[in-house]
Amino acid sequence: MSAPAPVPPPSLPAPIGLLAELTHRCPLGCPYCSNPLELDGREGELGTDDWRRVFSQAAALGVMQVHLSGGEPAARRDLVDMVAHCAAVGLYTNLITSGIGLTPKLVAALSEAGLDHVQLSIQDADEDSADRIAGYRGASARKREVAAEVVRAGLPLTVNAVIHRANVSRAGAVLERAIAWGARRVEIAHAQYYGWARRNRAALMPTRAEAVAAIGEIERLKAAHAGTIVVDHVIPDYHARYPKACMGGWGRRLINVTPTGRVLPCHAAESIPGLEFWTVRDRALGDIWADSPAFRAYRGTDWMVEPCRSCPRKGVDFGGCRCQALALTGDARNADPVCHLSPFHDRVDTIVLAETEGPAAAYAYRGRSPADASIDRS
Amino acid sequence: MTADTPRPTPALDPAGRPTLPRGVRLKHDELRGGWVLLAPERLLKLDAVSVEVLKRCTGEASLDAIVDDLAAAFAAPRERIAADVDAMLGGLVAKRLVDMR
Repeated sequence: MSAPAPVPPPSLPAPIGLLAELTHRCPLGCPYCSNPLELDGREGELGTDDWRRVFSQAAALGVMQVHLSGGEPAARRDLVDMVAHCAAVGLYTNLITSGIGLTPKLVAALSEAGLDHVQLSIQDADEDSADRIAGYRGASARKREVAAEVVRAGLPLTVNAVIHRANVSRAGAVLERAIAWGARRVEIAHAQYYGWARRNRAALMPTRAEAVAAIGEIERLKAAHAGTIVVDHVIPDYHARYPKACMGGWGRRLINVTPTGRVLPCHAAESIPGLEFWTVRDRALGDIWADSPAFRAYRGTDWMVEPCRSCPRKGVDFGGCRCQALALTGDARNADPVCHLSPFHDRVDTIVLAETEGPAAAYAYRGRSPADASIDRS
Repeated sequence: MTADTPRPTPALDPAGRPTLPRGVRLKHDELRGGWVLLAPERLLKLDAVSVEVLKRCTGEASLDAIVDDLAAAFAAPRERIAADVDAMLGGLVAKRLVDMR
């Protein structure tokens, strides 16, 4: 061999989905919000042209679906523009919204611009409880109207709800409400304890008995309503035997772009200290996907330690969630401790037992000081 | 605990006209090759037969007509095509990815 041939890159899969956190601004204050504890302010947000460039690069890179999220994406005045641009470059657009700020005019404009799907959150089937969870009086009534407007516009509707201590006894009623609203799909997801949910874990975690009862109720209703509504049911991983393949594997399928343009392998990745994130202000999305230190850190399986390293399931669940491993074991390389094979698995049980005894703690609402915990925000 | 409960898929009405509802799109994947079905929080890779079936689900043609067309196009026994198409579309109807008009 004369000159060494360039080493071909190990088969790097192209991403299929992009979560665009257009803004962290949101009128609601849900205590399980997936946004980071340090919220980006409006002044640092990417502009319309930045996002257009990101969406064009994403489509060229192989992304098929874009999830327009936040915060509340309707807080961006250029939302219709972004949807139109995504449609023009062939991306499937999914709007993930609280519904607040989604006026009938805006719903019609988004539909006209080519929006493919709307996912509307609700907080509970009981409207008073829902408004208390969202920290916003009148949110539930508004959401009911938005659902009707979305259906009237001919857009497919998914209703999603996060299940936790305050609504766990009404999980089935949430599903039935989604049917009544004309949703074709409902997502019932037990809270995942990262970010704001981690901070509010003692207020949110249901007892094991409550969680098991809710899971059984949803599975019964899922079977009973098959063909009417599709139920995506995310069970609480604190009660599972194996971890979830977080994000379908780190740096394998999904990209997350924050309001200011940082590119993350998952929305909670910034909770892991020492990771270097690149931004779309400085680099092309394809370069970031391939070479950013944060994406390379836990991509594939080479970084694993035992028991993952020799586990036959390592290519199935990829060791679970790095953020959860860090939060509960102190090292992001460890197996996600919800796995029953993790040497730290007993910590999960300890937390469930400790935090579900006694009365629930008060919520820390995002975006407000404790003195401003009133829910009269309308 | 999340396993789908198996249930019998009722045979589809042969006079019904299958269509992809809004929010469900057939798309050619330029980068990886092949076709995919894009849907709410779903991306299904399609085999060649499924693509031929779904391209005909325009809301215009009846299921019967689609089966006739496929049997002619692929010179295959009609009963076998009918059974395959019914099973495939029945599954997608149950997942609300195809509507019958």
